[in-house]
Parts: sequence; C-alpha cells; structure tokens
Amino acid sequence: MSFLLIAVFLPFIGAAVSPLLQKLISRTHTGWIVLTIPVLLFAFFMGQITSIQNGSSISTAIPWIPSLGISIALYLDGLSLLFSLLITGIGALVVLYSIFYLDKKKEAINSFYVYLLLFMGAMLGVVLSDNLIVLYGFWELTSISSFLLIAFWHQREKSRYGALKSMLITVFGGLSMLAGFVMFYVMSGTFSIREILGSLDIVTNHSLFTPAMILVLIGAFTKSAQFPFHIWLPDAMEAPTPVSAYLHSATMVKAGLYLVARFSPVFSGETAWFWLISFVGLLTMIYGSYRAMKQTDLKALLAFSTISQLGLIMSLLGLGSAAAFYTGGTDSLFYTKATMAAIFHLINHAVFKGALFMVVGIVDHGTGTRDIRKLGGLMSFMPITFSIALIGTFSMAGLPPFNGFLSKEMFFTAALNIKEMDIMDLQFLLVLVPVIAWIASIFTFVYSMVLLFKTFRGPIQLEKLTDKPHEAPMGMLISPVIFASLAIVIGFFPNLIAYSLIEPAMAAIHPSMLLSGERFLVSIHFWHGWTTEIYMTIGVILIGTILFKLHHRLKLISEPIVRKVTLNNMYDGGLYLLNRFSKGITNGYMTGSIRHYLIYIFVFLIISLSYTMMQSQSMQFDFTNFAPTSMYEAIIIVVLVLSVIAIPFTKSRMMAIILTGTAGYMVTLFFVIFHAPDLALTQMIVETVSVTLFLLCFYHLPKLSKKIAPLRFRLSNFAIAAGVGTVMTLIALSASGNRSFESISDFFLKESYHLAGGKNVVNVILVDFRGFDTMLEIVVLAIASFGIYAMIKLKLDPEGEKMTLPKMSSRGKYAFPVIKSNDVILQTISKVVIFIILTFSLYLFFAGHNNPGGGFIGALMASAAFVLLTMAFGIKTMREVIPIDFKILTAVGLTVALLTGIGSFFVKAPFLSHSFGHFMLPILGDTELATAMLFDLGVYLTVIGITMNIILTIGRDE
Amino acid sequence: MELYMSLAIGVIFTVGVYLVLSKSLLRIILGTSILTHGVHLLLLTMSRLKTGEAPLLGEKAEAYVDPLPQALILTSIVISFGVTSFFFVLAYKAYQKLGTDDMEQLRGKDDE
Repeated sequence: MSFLLIAVFLPFIGAAVSPLLQKLISRTHTGWIVLTIPVLLFAFFMGQITSIQNGSSISTAIPWIPSLGISIALYLDGLSLLFSLLITGIGALVVLYSIFYLDKKKEAINSFYVYLLLFMGAMLGVVLSDNLIVLYGFWELTSISSFLLIAFWHQREKSRYGALKSMLITVFGGLSMLAGFVMFYVMSGTFSIREILGSLDIVTNHSLFTPAMILVLIGAFTKSAQFPFHIWLPDAMEAPTPVSAYLHSATMVKAGLYLVARFSPVFSGETAWFWLISFVGLLTMIYGSYRAMKQTDLKALLAFSTISQLGLIMSLLGLGSAAAFYTGGTDSLFYTKATMAAIFHLINHAVFKGALFMVVGIVDHGTGTRDIRKLGGLMSFMPITFSIALIGTFSMAGLPPFNGFLSKEMFFTAALNIKEMDIMDLQFLLVLVPVIAWIASIFTFVYSMVLLFKTFRGPIQLEKLTDKPHEAPMGMLISPVIFASLAIVIGFFPNLIAYSLIEPAMAAIHPSMLLSGERFLVSIHFWHGWTTEIYMTIGVILIGTILFKLHHRLKLISEPIVRKVTLNNMYDGGLYLLNRFSKGITNGYMTGSIRHYLIYIFVFLIISLSYTMMQSQSMQFDFTNFAPTSMYEAIIIVVLVLSVIAIPFTKSRMMAIILTGTAGYMVTLFFVIFHAPDLALTQMIVETVSVTLFLLCFYHLPKLSKKIAPLRFRLSNFAIAAGVGTVMTLIALSASGNRSFESISDFFLKESYHLAGGKNVVNVILVDFRGFDTMLEIVVLAIASFGIYAMIKLKLDPEGEKMTLPKMSSRGKYAFPVIKSNDVILQTISKVVIFIILTFSLYLFFAGHNNPGGGFIGALMASAAFVLLTMAFGIKTMREVIPIDFKILTAVGLTVALLTGIGSFFVKAPFLSHSFGHFMLPILGDTELATAMLFDLGVYLTVIGITMNIILTIGRDE
Repeated sequence: MELYMSLAIGVIFTVGVYLVLSKSLLRIILGTSILTHGVHLLLLTMSRLKTGEAPLLGEKAEAYVDPLPQALILTSIVISFGVTSFFFVLAYKAYQKLGTDDMEQLRGKDDE
C-alpha cells in the first residue's frame, strides 16, 4: 500500500474513529485529535515537493472493477500536489480555528469533525484520482459533505434551504460531468486521465469531443460557482464560518478550477474552450464584484467576492489556454503567463480569503452580528483582528506590498497580452478583456474598502450590538495571523512558491510545451518599471477611492437589487413547479388504497401473461396424455371448489376460517394423491398449527361486516378476479400439455444419490442442490418471526398503553389460560402423546435424507408437540419444562446452517458444498452421514424457534 | 385430471383475488391463503400429474413424479405460514390500535 493511498484514506479513517476516541478522552476538544490528521498529511505532501519539482511523479493503483476499467488509481504531479497542500494546509488552520469557534458543549462537534474529515478525504481524492469514475465518486462526496456541513445548524430553515440548493446545483453539475466522462470512455476506451492524454489524436477528432467538453465544463462551472450557477454559494454561507472559509472559499469551490486545469492539456487549443472559459470567467468576475458592493452582510459580501475571484482565476485559465494555438517558441510562452497568474492567484486568494473569513467569524463572535449597518468603529476594540483584516482586504484589493498586488498585476499583464492574439475570428472582443478586468478590479477595490472601513472605522453603534465587542481569544487568532503573515511573506518573496509550487503545476497544465527535462521558469518581481499595468493599478485606486467615498450615496452600487426576475426566483419557482408536477403525477396513482395497487398488479398480470401466451403461441392444448380421474379424486375436487366458492359468501368469521381450513386439508389430500408425501406431511402440520394460530387471534379479530358492498364495486372486483382465474387455468393447461425444453428435474432424479447420497430427492434438492435458497428462506422466516415479536411488543401510543394496562392486569387473562383446559383426559393423553410426537419428529428429521421427512417437517412436528403441551398445561408449565428462549434457538439454528455453509471454505469449495460418506458407528452399524444433515439440523432448530416464537408471542399477548 | 385441476385452479385464483380485493382485512388475509393453495396446485399441475411414484429413490420404481415442484412447494408452504402469521398479527394490531379493519379507512395520509 502506497503512502498516497494512505493519505487519501487517512481522513476517512479519522472520520470513523474520532467520535470513538472522543468518548475515551472526553475532556479534550475533538478538534485537537482531528488536527493531527491534516498536519501529518501536510508534512507528507511538503516532503514530496522536491521530487515533484524535479519533474517526477508518483502513481499507485489498486484494481476495483477491472471489467469496467475502473481502478483506484492515484497520481501525484505538480497540479495535484499544489491542491493537496492547499487542502491539508488550510484544513489544518481551519480545524485549529474551529476548536475555538465551536463550543464543545453547545455544538454537535463530533458530527462536525466527521463531516469535515469526510470532506477532506473526498477532496484529496478528487485532486489525486487519475481514474475519472473514482474522481467523480469523490467529487459527489464533496458535494454531500458540503451539504452536511452547510446544514450543520439544521434547526435553522435557511441552513437547510442553502444546503439543499448547493446540493441540487452541484450534484446536477456532477451528473453532467459524469456523462462527459462516459463520453471520454466511448472515445478513448479508458477512464484514466493519463491514458486519455496519450490518445489525444483519436479524442480530438471524435464527434463527441465538443459535447464531452461542454458537459465537463458544466460540472466545473457549477462547482466553482460560475455565472449563472453561482446562486448556491451565497446561501451556502449559512454554514459555520470555518466551513465557509475552508469549503466555500479555499478548496471545494476550486475543484472546478482544478478540473479545468486538469483537462487543459486535452481541450486547450479548442476555440470553444478558450471563449467559454475566458468569458464565463470574466462575466462571473464582474458580476460577482458588482454584487459584492451591494451586500450588507459581511459573509454575503465575502461570498460574492469569492464568486468574483473564482471567475478571475477561471478566466485566467481560459486566457492561458491560448498558448496552445501556437506551437513552441516565445509566442506560446507569452500566453502561459496567464496560467502562471491563475495558479499564483489561486494560492493568494486562499490565503487572504481565509484570513478574511476568519476575521468575519471573529467579528460575528465578538459582537453578535455580521451586518455592516450595525457595525463600525471596532478598530479600538479589536486591534489584532483589525490588523489582520487590513492585510487581507488590501491584499484582496490588489495593493502593494501584499501578495494580492502581485497576482493582480500579473492578471493585468495576461489581459493585455491577449489583445496581441491575431488568429481568432472575433478579434475585436479580445479588446474587451482588459477593460472588463479593469472595471472588475475597481469594484473589487470598493468592496474591500467597504469591508474594512465600515466594520472597523467610523462611529461605534453599541446600542445595535447584542454583545459588547471584545477581542477574540488568542487561540482563535493564531490561524488568521498565520494567513496574514503568509500574505506578507508571499508578497515580499513570491519566488519562494514560484519554484516549488507554480512551476510544477504549470508543467502539469501545459505538458506539451515542455521537452523532457525542461521546466517553466517562473520569476515574479515587484517592480517592472512604469508599465501599463502600474498605471491601471493607480487608476483602480483613484477611481475606487472616489466610488468608495460616494458609496452610500450611489444607489447603483449600494442598494440591494430588487427585481422580480432573478436567478434565485427562477430556481425557487422551478423547484416548486417540479415538486408540484411530480407530486401531481404520483398522487394520481398512489391513492393510498391497497385495492388500487392490487388492481394495477393484477391487471398488469393478466395483460402481460395473456400477451406473452399469444406471442409465443403456447395457446395449444394437448389433452391426450392427461391422467385419468377417479371418483374419489372427483369428490375431493368438488369439495375443494365448493368450500372455496363459499368463502366470499359467508358472513361469519368462524365459518370463513373453517372453510379456508377445509380447502387447505383438501390440498393436503391432493398432495397424497399426487405422490408428494413430504408436501402432504408439511401441509398437514402447517394447517393444524395455522388453525391454532387463527383461534388464538380469533377473539381479537373484527367481525366480518354485514354491509354488502355496492354492486359496481363487487362487479369490477369479480371481473379482475375472473380474469386472473382464466389466465391461470390457461397457463396450467398449456404448461401441462407442452414441454418446450428439457426439465432440470431429470438431473435431480438421476444424480441425487450419486452426488448427494440421499434418496429423498425433494429433501436433497432443499438441503443440498438448492441449499442456498433454503438458507435464505429460513432467514426470511426468522425475520418474519422477529417482526411479529416486535409488532406485539410495539407500543405505538404510550399513553393509551398506560390506560389499558390496569384493565389487562385486572382481567389477568392471557390467550393460553383462556383456552387452558382442565380436562384430565387431555392432560393425561398429552403426557404420552407429546413424547410420541417428539420421537416421531426426530425420526422424521433423521430419516429425511432418504425417506419422507427432513428439517422442515420434523421441526413443524416438534412445534406441534410443544403447542399441545402449552394448550394442555398452560404457558407456565411449558416454560418450566422447556426453559429455552426460542428467539435464541432461532439464532442458534441460523448459525449452525451458516457455519455448515462456511465450513466448505476450509476445503476450498464454494459456499454450502456438501459431502457424505459411510461410517461404522457403535450401535447403529453402517450409517451414512452427510454434512447436509448438519445443515438440515440448522433448518430444524431455526424452524422450531420461529414457529414457537410466533405462537408464544401471539398467545402471550393480551 | 389435469383439465379438472386446471379448472379448479382457475376457481381458486378467482376467489383468492376477489377476496384480496375486498375491503375487509380478514378477507384479504384469507384471500392470500387461498391464493397460496392455488399456486401450489398450479405448480404441481404444470409438471403433469401421476406420472410415476413418489420421488424416493428407495422405492426403486420405473418412473418418479417431478421432484422440482415439490421442493418449490415445500419451501412455499413454510414461507406462507410465516407470512400469514405476520399478516394476522399486523391485522389485529392494526385493528386494536385503529379500531377498523376497513382498508378504505386505513388509507395513508400525505406526509406533509
């Protein structure tokens, strides 16, 4: 097992174990235990930097579903390493922060950390998977863990709404992405990303290429909150702030960017790819920054800011793909600057946005509100927080000397560069790129200043705050301070990460541009002289400051948008209509009436069976070989038919039960006539035990209603019933008259003795040939008996139960005492008869393999003996004589049967393989023993347990 | 024999389905019992009747009847015993709690 696999699965293991550990060390906050996981993983990934930097990569794979080409293949290159470091590094800081943010007494922190670790593992899986299906699986898992985390405070309606919204939108995108992945499989015959890259010639010329691209992009756009799919992100802010910082700003929303970067080698060079990514990104960027200025809630502001920044990185990835239009040389290197800026800004954004989210969390914690209309003047109360916020916002606004300034400059360079491109059809549109970039940067400057100054400067409004503002505890400040320091360190020494992280990541995005052994040379500098970019920045600051000063007066940029048609309304309305529509359809046929459901089933049965019979022309009846009918048999048929016909007409429940019993005994007689001794025995005992059961329930059953149902009701029922009856008659006739293929029965008859050593073929089929069926059958029976037990013990209505309880005890009667007889004759005879029945039961069990009998019959016989015992002497005596818990007996029987089956593994045979042989036993002489007997013993015990459990449970109930 | 059995099976199924479609819970349970009998006889009849001795190889007969439907039916008898008991308990518990056995009154309501 490679370290990479361990790295991905460690968070999952942590998720499973941490709640248990918490129980052991209940005094510590779970967070401290959880924190070790991202820290360890971060250290592990840091250790990989040097080897990845030298151009090597790590890969590992374990097969999963080889027949479909799916294996858990992991692959670590520059791009995945960068993301892994972000996931684990920021993960560690977020966990540290959350320890102080979430109170361990008030919040359900255990489930919080389980979800968080689940997310961490899933996200690592996304960025490390080489197999597309595995990637998809992890991708959806991030959506699910995000859903759980957004709904962490699930008692709030808005949390649930936001969770559902994010889930619906991202899972929708995930599904479309899956469709794209499947198309890749159709095109290239593989799910491996690296193998797809190897067969690019086939893929790019395939007709599915463009559809696959669009589908994959929908996945990326929904996840990375690109316009118009961005609407879920602001609602996702209902999550606890550490979650927002981690999932909805630093990592999960960047999965879409990762996907685009990962697929860049495949798609770049496509015009549609270039236009779609660049302009969706730019549109998202300007729209997000515009909306961010209008927000009054700090977290909503940050959410729109995140949307805008994601758009920025997305557009940079698009601009960077322009490099693929040129082959080699300085031309293509010229455009890769955009990719470089994208990666650099990805890191920077994670750093400053992480700091800012934590600052907002602290403000929320310290004052009780996030509304900027209530906030102001916090600088003197929270000096450290203010400093962090200052660094974060200045970096976000692109001011020197922070890291954001550098990436913003590079963004301008990339935007200006793209104008030089001369091979596009819609050349003039490219001029728009730097213009949009510039305007969006002004907006970004404005909302950054709003965030900083409206929160920390200006008059303090203590009366509007629920809590007295105070500085956060030290622990809560550690993580944001680290983020802020990083913003400064990267600002001054950008080349620290340029060589180690950006170069390898670029190599992964533009693999075709490097010869082996080559690498990108990334060197980021502060000062480039008086370039266009620096003038653009100065312009941003000037105009941005003016706009900020006029902010509260300009409705265009400060008032929230009130429109009738918004994307959110469309989402809500669409969801509502979809709900109503599907509910309407469902309610149309799901009426809640069992009769209707049965009618569907029966009508379908009639139609499908008669249609199939017509189609296969099996409506030919051959009466020639039919067996003769004797007088005796004719009488039985008449009695059977008459008793059955009489049932619907009887008005007394006793009569109905007796008639049903009569029919059952007639069927038993048929079994005798048709040479089925096992069936006859079983049916006889079952019928007897059933009648006992009916009698036990008899007093509790409602009387049959005297009312006669309307004629139409009866007629329609009769029509359907007659239809089913007719079809069944036809089937019976046509099946017994024709044989369209050889039956397997001959095999059973021929091989029963040779293969299984049994002469009773029916029993051999049950315990040997089809032993697995029997195994599952007794399991079903056990479930039914436990179901009955649970149902009897179930107290649906505790208060009502209390009321009936004294009544019950005053009566003091149970079903068995009611029918308990003092009849001396019964008791005396029973004493003898019970032993005879039990002996007979044992005989039936042992003889079963060669003569009529077997586990089922023997067990039913034994149960009959116990029932007789109970009826004659009462339940108490029964308990004293046989102190066995029949529920445990059921379990023992199942275990015996199961162990017999497992036993065949030891001789390397399939489950439930049997063996037999002849042995010389002391008294019995030459005896044949088969492991099938052991299995039958399991059946025997289980069936006794089940039957007695059912009868005693019902008998003991009031 | 097969012809008469087939006709009897038709009647049994008709009555069984008719009972299952009725409103009374008790009738529905009895209907399932009747249906089970119908199915058993159908299985037997489908493989021809009286074609030989009981499938016990110790009998050393010329021909045996088909053992396969018998194995199926044996399973079915025991299962239907379990299911019928379950139905019964369900019925009388429902009656005890809800005071009716009319299926039209036992219709479920919408969750919302």
